[in-house]
Amino acid sequence: MSLIELRGLTHIYSQGTPFEKKAIDDVSLAIEAGQTVALIGHTGSGKSTLISHLNALLKPSSGTVLLDGEDIFASKASIRAARFRVGVVFQYPEYQLFEETVFADIAYGPKNLKLDDSEVDRRVREAAAFVGLDADQFDRSPLELSGGQKRRAAVAGVLAMEPDVLVLDEPTAGLDPAGREDLLARLFRWREVRGATILLVTHDMSIANRCERLVVMSGGRIVLDGTPEEVFAHDGQLVSIGLDLPAAAHIAKLLRERGLDLPAGIYTLDRLAEAILALRGKGAGPC
Amino acid sequence: MLKDITLGQYFPGDTVVHRLDPRTKLILTVAYIAAIFMVGSWGGYALVFAALAAVCAVAHIKPRALLKGLKPLVFIIVFTAVLNLFFTRGDDILFQWKFLRVTYTGVERAVSMVLRILLLVSGTFLLTYTTSPLAITDGLEKLLSPLKKLRVPVYELSLMMCIALRFIPTLIEETDRIMSAQKARGADLETGTLPERARALLPLLIPLFISAFRRADELALAMECRCYNGGEGRTRMKELHMAWRDGAAFALGAALIAGILLLRRLGI
Amino acid sequence: MDPVIRINNISYTYPGSDRPALDGLSLDILPGTFTAVLGSNGSGKSTLAKHLNAILVPTAGKVYVDGMDTADEGNLLAIRRRAGMVFQNPDNQIVANVVEDDVAFAPENLGVEPHEIRRRVDEALKQVGMYEFRMHAPHLLSGGQKQRVAIAGVLAMDPQVLVLDEPTAMLDPRGRREVLDAAESLCRERGITVVLITHHMDEAIRADRVLVLDRGRIALDGTPREIFAQTGALQALRLTVPETTALISRLNAAGMDLPMDALTPEACAAAIWEALG
Repeated sequence: MSLIELRGLTHIYSQGTPFEKKAIDDVSLAIEAGQTVALIGHTGSGKSTLISHLNALLKPSSGTVLLDGEDIFASKASIRAARFRVGVVFQYPEYQLFEETVFADIAYGPKNLKLDDSEVDRRVREAAAFVGLDADQFDRSPLELSGGQKRRAAVAGVLAMEPDVLVLDEPTAGLDPAGREDLLARLFRWREVRGATILLVTHDMSIANRCERLVVMSGGRIVLDGTPEEVFAHDGQLVSIGLDLPAAAHIAKLLRERGLDLPAGIYTLDRLAEAILALRGKGAGPC
Repeated sequence: MLKDITLGQYFPGDTVVHRLDPRTKLILTVAYIAAIFMVGSWGGYALVFAALAAVCAVAHIKPRALLKGLKPLVFIIVFTAVLNLFFTRGDDILFQWKFLRVTYTGVERAVSMVLRILLLVSGTFLLTYTTSPLAITDGLEKLLSPLKKLRVPVYELSLMMCIALRFIPTLIEETDRIMSAQKARGADLETGTLPERARALLPLLIPLFISAFRRADELALAMECRCYNGGEGRTRMKELHMAWRDGAAFALGAALIAGILLLRRLGI
Repeated sequence: MDPVIRINNISYTYPGSDRPALDGLSLDILPGTFTAVLGSNGSGKSTLAKHLNAILVPTAGKVYVDGMDTADEGNLLAIRRRAGMVFQNPDNQIVANVVEDDVAFAPENLGVEPHEIRRRVDEALKQVGMYEFRMHAPHLLSGGQKQRVAIAGVLAMDPQVLVLDEPTAMLDPRGRREVLDAAESLCRERGITVVLITHHMDEAIRADRVLVLDRGRIALDGTPREIFAQTGALQALRLTVPETTALISRLNAAGMDLPMDALTPEACAAAIWEALG
C-alpha cells in the first residue's frame, strides 16, 4: 500500500461562475513511504493546488486522496490526522510567523497537537537544531531575525510537528546560493534521520535533481513521472512546456543536436563531464 | 474560498453604460437611491425594476451576475423581512399563532423593504460592475474638488481609496495563504467557544497586519521613486469629458423620478 | 564619456547598526552600459542600489547622478526622474487597478501633458511587451508580467538609468527570462543604463560588467568572463560560478583545453564540440 495515493483527483476553482478554472485534471499519483519526490511545473501548472489536497486544506471537486489507504476526507478526525501527518511548508513561510518569541512560534504546531510541555520543548529544540537556529535566538522576536533566519524558524515550525510526509513549496525561493545549499542539505539530513517522505515543489531544476523521483505537471495534469534520468531524457518535451533544463541537460541537448553521441538522460555535471571525456579522441567532433 | 466573493467587482466592457462619465454615473446612482425611497406604489417598484433591467440589458450585465452578488446579503434581507413581517403592528391580522402575529400591513411592509434593499443593492452593483474603481475615484475627486477650497485633501483621499481598492485582492490572497499555512500547523479556526475562536484568529491577524504594513512601506517607497510629490501640479492622462450620452442619461434619470412621483400621485 | 553615475568613496551605516552596510565604496557607471551587481545576502548590494536614486544618502562620501549631488534635497525629483527603480516584490509597487493607469502614475506626478503621457505610456508598454494587457487588472497578471509593468512605469519617466533591485527573486524561470529580456533590450536598443542587482549567476552573464560586493566593498570588478574565471575567489565570497564554467574547469582538469569564457550553454556546447575534433 502506498503512503499517499491520489485517485482521479480533479479540482475546479470558482465552479459555476464566469471565473471557473480547472486547476487539476484527473490526476492519479502514488507516493511510497520514504521516497524523495520533486513536483515540477511552472506557475499555474496546478502543483500548488495539488499539495493543498494532501493535508486536506482543499477538498477535491472529484476523486479521492488516500493516506495509508484511508480517505482523508472520511471524517473530521481523519482530516485533522492528515493535517498533522502531512506537514506543508508553503512559499515564503516566514510571513506566517506571529508569536512573540521564536520558541513560541516553533511550538505553535506541537501545541496544537496537544502534546505535554516537555515533549513540546524537546521537539522545538530538535527542529531548531535541524534547521540551524541556535538556542540563543529562542527568546528573540521572530521579527528581529534576518531573512534567512526567519525562513529557518518557519520551516522548524513545521518540522517540530514531526510529520511523516514533509511537503515544501519552493523552500529556497529568494535565498542566496549559499543559503539555498545549506537549507536543502539540512532538510535532506532531517529526512534521513526521521525516515520521512519528502515532496519538494519547485521550478528550480537544480533542486529537483536531489530527488530520486521527478513528477512533472503541466496544465493540471501529470505529463512525466520517473527517475531524473528518465524524465530528463524527454528534454524536448520539458522545454516545450516552458521549463528550464538543468545546465548539464541543456548543454548535453545542444551537443546532441550538433551530432555528438551522448547517452540520453544526462542531468548532472559529473555525468556530462564523464560522457564527454569518454568521447575524447574518438573523432566525435566536427572534423 | 475568499477569492470567490464578487461583491463590488468591475466587469470591463465597452457599452454606452461603461462609457458614461463616472461623474454622471455617480450622480445618477445617488439620484436612483433617493428615487427608491420616493417610491410610494407597486407601480413605482415595477418602473424602477424595469429601468434596472433596461440598464442591465444595455450594459450586457447578466441578471445572474447581479443575483450572485446579492448572495452575501441574503441574511440581511431575510432578517429585514422577518422583522417587518412579525413586528409590524396593525389590526388587519392575517394569521396568529401564540405571540406571533402577521398582519396585512406587515406583509406589505416586508415585501416593500425587501424590494427596496434588492433594488438599492443591485443599482449600486451596476455602478461598480460597469465603472472601474479608478474611474469612480476619479469621478468622486472631480465632484468633490470644490472642497479643496476648504483645504480638504481631495486628491490624497481619492488616491488612498484607489490604493485601498488596488490592494483588496492582494490582501484577500494573502489572507488565504496565511490561513492555509496556519491550518497546516494545526490551527483550528472553526470550533470552540467565541473567545477561543477570537484567540485562534491571532495567528491569522498578526501576520496579516505585519504584511500589510510591510507592503505599505514598500509601496510608499515605490511611489516616491516614481516622483510622487502630493496632488499639487499633477496632471492626468485620462481627463473626464461629458458627452451627449451623459446628457441623455440625465434626461432618462429625470424621467424615471418623474414617473415614480406620477405613479405615487396616481396610487398605481 | 562622462559617467552617468559617479560614486566617490561612500559609506553608509543603517541607524541602530554598528556595522557599516557600505564601507568606502567608489564606482563609476558609464551611460548605456549593463552592470550586474552580485553578492551574498548582507553584502550591501541593495543598500548600494538605494543610493543610486537618493532613497538613501551616504553618511560619508558623495553620489552624483547625471552630475547632480544626491545629498542636495533640491535635486531629489530630478534625480528620481533620471534614475528609475524596480523592486523585488511586484505586488508592492503597482499603485493602480488598471495596467495603463499604473504606468501613467509617474508622468502624471511630473505634470506631463495628457497627450504626451498617453504617448509615453503606450510606448513604454510596447517596449516591455505588455501593450495588449494595458486594460488588465494587475493582480490577475503573472509575476513576470507584473514586473514588466513596473519597468514600464519607470520607463514612462523617460529615465537614463534603470536600477533593478533583485527583480527576479520572486519569479519562476519563465518570468525571470521575460524580465531579463526586457531589461537587456532597453539597454541595447534604447541605450538606457541598466544596473541589475541579483544573486543568480546566470543572469549576470548577460551584463557588460559584473561587480561582486562583499561587506560593503567592491571585491571583484570586470567583464563576466573575467569574473567567472575566478572560481576560488567567488566561492570564498559565498557565491557559485555558472554551471557552464564549472563544467569547463572540470573538463580542463581532466586534460582538455577549453576557453574559460564560454559562459552561455550555447557557447559552452560550441567550445566542447570544437575541442572534440
